[in-house]
Amino acid sequence: MKTTTKLWIGLAGLAVAAPIGIYLPEKFGAGTAWGEWGTDEIRKLAGYAPAGLEKLSSLWNAPIPDYAFKGMENTGRGMTSLAYIASAVIGVALCAGAALLLGRLLAGKKE
Amino acid sequence: MHIPDGYLGPATCGTLYALMAPVWGFASRIVKKTLSVKQVPMLAIGAAFSFVIMMFNVPIPGGTTGHAVGGVLVAILLGPWAACIAVSVALVIQALLFGDGGLTALGANCFNMAFVMPFAGYAVYRLVASRSAVTSLQRVVAAGTGAYLGLVAASLFAGLEFGLQPLIYKTATGQALYCPYGLKVAVPVMLGEHLLIFGLVELAVTALVVKYLQKQEPALLQATSGVEK
Repeated sequence: MKTTTKLWIGLAGLAVAAPIGIYLPEKFGAGTAWGEWGTDEIRKLAGYAPAGLEKLSSLWNAPIPDYAFKGMENTGRGMTSLAYIASAVIGVALCAGAALLLGRLLAGKKE
Repeated sequence: MHIPDGYLGPATCGTLYALMAPVWGFASRIVKKTLSVKQVPMLAIGAAFSFVIMMFNVPIPGGTTGHAVGGVLVAILLGPWAACIAVSVALVIQALLFGDGGLTALGANCFNMAFVMPFAGYAVYRLVASRSAVTSLQRVVAAGTGAYLGLVAASLFAGLEFGLQPLIYKTATGQALYCPYGLKVAVPVMLGEHLLIFGLVELAVTALVVKYLQKQEPALLQATSGVEK
């Protein structure tokens, strides 16, 4: 089997295993990454929500915010994992597709 | 390390976009010259790997989380300029689709993770690997060390960017406008957590993949090794 084929399989494996990235933090009581808090969280931490931060924080409404589908936030562990895996698959496909396109554009037919 | 919208003020965001613009320009020009058609799938795998490995949040018990980025691994396989493009692709998709990292902070996030990290890490990798054979243990050590220090360097810059905000932007009453934590908090926290935990995760992931490729297809490690066959 070609190495690239094996690596693609490895990537698929990582996508399926991705929910580990939700459960480990949950199990060890770890919260948000430092500096990535939402406005409510920062209000608790710093005592106030900085005005500029509050204004800019809602600048962009991502279609799949935090790798969870809208309306599926409190649907239990299984659904959260599925959404996370689906996000991983979508992300992997889009990244690979975009890089493939960019790479072809840049590399041309050069050996 | 994905700085969200609202943590960096406009001048900081603008400066980092302005710094990244020529880097992206150079990267495209150099990749255009050096990337072969056969390496294109690897560029795609690199971008996808960087995306998915960043989903594996690792906890600091009772504290925060972080993750590996994969930027140095891609640099070891394709060179730092191609790694810059691969990681930038992942960061753009994370920001646009998943709201992971802000759009105003995209220049900053790319500067830290797609520029500082692959270049610093790759420099360390080459230095430690020296003239060793691509299948040697020294290469694995070099890859791990480069990955570790590459991520730590990126976290230092993220800490500096966060920490500068309260110095630059304050309201009349002394409240911060953007990130409220100064250099004395942001730099030690960002640096500390990456030195102690997340850097080691990056080290392990990178060393493992390099070790695997040494067995599977060492030719993949040849292109950027600095030694003739």
